[in-house]
Amino acid sequence: MTKAFMPPLSRRALLAGGGAVIVSFALTRHGLAQDAAPAKTKLPGDLSKAPMLDSWIGIDAQGGITVFTGKAELGQGIKTALLQCAAEELKVAPDTITLVTADTARTPNEGYTAGSHSMQDSGVAIRCAAAQVRAIMMTLAAAKLGVSEPDLTARDGAISTKNGRSARYAELVSGEALHVAAQPMSPLTPPKELKVIGEEMPRVDIPGKLTGKPMYVQDLRPDGMLHARVLRPSNYGARLAYFSTDAVRAMPGVVDIVRDGSFIAVVAQGEFQAINAVNVLAQNAHWSDGPQLPEQRTIHETLMALPSQDSTILDKGDAAQSGVKRLKATYTRPYQAHASIGPSCAVALWQDDRLTVWTHSQGVYPLRDSIAKMLALPPEQIHCIHAEGSGCYGHNAADDVAGDAALIAKAMPGKPIRVQWMREDEHGWEPFGPAMQTQVEAAVDTEGKLIAWQFEVWSNTHSMRPGGPGNLLAGQYLAQPFQPDAPKPIPQPEGGGDRNAIPIYAIPNARVVSHFTPDMPIRVSALRALGAYHNIFTTESFMDEMADAAGADPVAFRLAHLQDPRARDVVTRAAKEFGWNDKEKAPAGWGRGFAFARYKNLAAYCAVALDLHVDRSSGIISLGRVVAAVDSGQAVNPDGIRNQIEGAIVQSASWTTVEEVTFDRERITSRDWSSYPILRFPALPQSVAVHVIDRPEQPFLGTGEAGQGPAAAAIANAFARATGTRMRQLPLSPPRVRSAVAI
Amino acid sequence: MTVVLNINSQRHEVDADPATPLLYVLRNDLKLNGAKFGCGLGQCGACTVLVEREPVFSCLTPIAVLEGRRVRTLEGLGTADKPGPLQAAFIKEQAAQCGYCIPGMILRAQALLEKNASPTQAQIRDHMQPNLCRCGTHMRILRAIDRAAKDMKTASATPPAPTETAR
Repeated sequence: MTKAFMPPLSRRALLAGGGAVIVSFALTRHGLAQDAAPAKTKLPGDLSKAPMLDSWIGIDAQGGITVFTGKAELGQGIKTALLQCAAEELKVAPDTITLVTADTARTPNEGYTAGSHSMQDSGVAIRCAAAQVRAIMMTLAAAKLGVSEPDLTARDGAISTKNGRSARYAELVSGEALHVAAQPMSPLTPPKELKVIGEEMPRVDIPGKLTGKPMYVQDLRPDGMLHARVLRPSNYGARLAYFSTDAVRAMPGVVDIVRDGSFIAVVAQGEFQAINAVNVLAQNAHWSDGPQLPEQRTIHETLMALPSQDSTILDKGDAAQSGVKRLKATYTRPYQAHASIGPSCAVALWQDDRLTVWTHSQGVYPLRDSIAKMLALPPEQIHCIHAEGSGCYGHNAADDVAGDAALIAKAMPGKPIRVQWMREDEHGWEPFGPAMQTQVEAAVDTEGKLIAWQFEVWSNTHSMRPGGPGNLLAGQYLAQPFQPDAPKPIPQPEGGGDRNAIPIYAIPNARVVSHFTPDMPIRVSALRALGAYHNIFTTESFMDEMADAAGADPVAFRLAHLQDPRARDVVTRAAKEFGWNDKEKAPAGWGRGFAFARYKNLAAYCAVALDLHVDRSSGIISLGRVVAAVDSGQAVNPDGIRNQIEGAIVQSASWTTVEEVTFDRERITSRDWSSYPILRFPALPQSVAVHVIDRPEQPFLGTGEAGQGPAAAAIANAFARATGTRMRQLPLSPPRVRSAVAI
Repeated sequence: MTVVLNINSQRHEVDADPATPLLYVLRNDLKLNGAKFGCGLGQCGACTVLVEREPVFSCLTPIAVLEGRRVRTLEGLGTADKPGPLQAAFIKEQAAQCGYCIPGMILRAQALLEKNASPTQAQIRDHMQPNLCRCGTHMRILRAIDRAAKDMKTASATPPAPTETAR
């Protein structure tokens, strides 16, 4: 190891050695980012967490512009959208900006990149900071050029007068010109004058990813790097009873075995040597039994019987009234996996009493604190740097493997340690999306309108992120083990298990109860959309059941209960683009389905219409045409929004029609792609079209998780139309479908 | 032990156990990032490369069987400045989210287009079956392959014909 290395993800690494101003930024950045917000006025987005403008934007003596975000690229395209926000307001070309993403030494602490929050939190902060920096440049230029500000124009990194005199940002900025607190109001570019925001700018990360550039944490190869593999226990909670390392130590390339209690890893020169060694170690390790797992067949009964903390999150009028027709139904979802294509990976180095961790965690700051507690180090001695991994779709094993790498690196000073999980580890040990159950009852009146709605949801927590060191898998298996944090519900209005449990529809009498069950027989945490996936599946399936009870068209029935004009527009647009006509008879075996939700009831609006075919003898569902409409507020990159919604629809189709984590009484049994299948190409929809409704005057709304729930319910609703049978248990997998509708 | 490999038309002498799967040699010895570790089981296709004209799972292919055979990886198809037809089509269609599976997708699609210049939608879907994507980028991947097929035909309609298949 010759020198500190950086993930070669951007030009930033090169620039860091150049501009003196930037270097001094780098040295003081941590302090800048942590300055407390002024108490009085709420600043927009995450400016409230890091109010100094130079926490977000730096301009060096050569005019190089660096933008800092505490959010991370997860494959959702956030880097491109954030660059667009900065470039628009700074009036520079996007490709002249260097973007630095989540890094505990350099960027603001914006918590997790999760919950479809990045545009509201970081996009707003960067856009406002950029506009305020431009205003500072205007003021400085007015003084320098001796003209008044209204006579000046900002363009291409310079401020110009009408007669052609100009001053470049690099000439204007000096010392601590940008080390000023942000103001609540920003001189944002009016919608009609936007040139970069709203453009379909190609993603900045795609060419490198498609040509083999080192873009991922998996691609880091610092000098002297060693490969480690961790031997995970035989099952949850099992302890290392006895083991022999002789055979492993004799293997070629093996450098060391690192053990702390029941955490044991092999370190080797070569990656394949490490893999071979951990396989031999597995044959020489014996584990005590862990606690029994519940019976999978009756898992929902088991979960329902656990003690729960109950809260009534909506209570208006008399939700128990019977109307002219009252229906009741129960819906369930299984445990489902993030199942990233690339198993989780991290690189760590303990050198000069400092630990550096390259990680694809969604939260570098929380991870740093968690590792600090696990290693009994002050957080200041730990530097976590985000480097992209395979898509995560929530809290997968990214943090766990970073914890593994940290433990091993700490035991092997001066050696960069790369750990990648094996496929069976990723499938078997990641924290899954929780199994859930919902029960819903509703009544319609003589007019065919909903007059009462009762909804109950039972769920484990949807966030066991770090957190305490017990939230890192390795932390639970040390000689002095850490317990996972006490699970907590995520409160409304965003909610966790009860996310989207409150209906968006205008119903005069409604009651919603959230049953939070702290005990977790299976390891769980945040999977994209959290409880919203199941609650929207339930609500939107049941809306169709109620529409049928009222003799109404499903789209018309929804519109009759929707007051928000933006919600109505999204529903209307999707129906129109699909050519929705419920009266028209579908071909035999085919059915059409519709569903809608506003994610969290406060983020993006999304409606999905689709048709599908059900083969009753095989139980296979074949998706036909899928049409979606989405309103994400002001669309910064419409193609980025379409890409996210297309992906959400296809991923949700996979969750909804095939996916289910399996387990026996000892262990998770779905440990590869054959025991946990996901959608493959031949099962794709025939087409997916996404229509973006741009709202240039409206705030950004999170998009990343908006499609999952509506896609699931649209499939279930189309299935009901195709077969005459309503399926309420996810997934609608071939065996379930066969037993439900076999001829 | 030394194994001689032909990767992207370059000769490499690799000092490794002949049982080592190609993937680890590509990634660690030759520092080629395109092929990715996904499962090590031949179930996901993230590690797909071409051996002669066939797509193979490099995670399962020991280097011992590759002496004298031509291996092509993502890096052999083009660069960010000069992308090959499939890479260019994937960029035009913005056919990536996290992008981790895409190199394998491109290599598998390359094998198809070298054998069948005008595949139907059904043929593309069937051919791509071994490769998994988790972000749900499939529809764009299909569009990109379709676009590449058309672009390659247009290009090959202009003489002289490419000598890609020469061995």
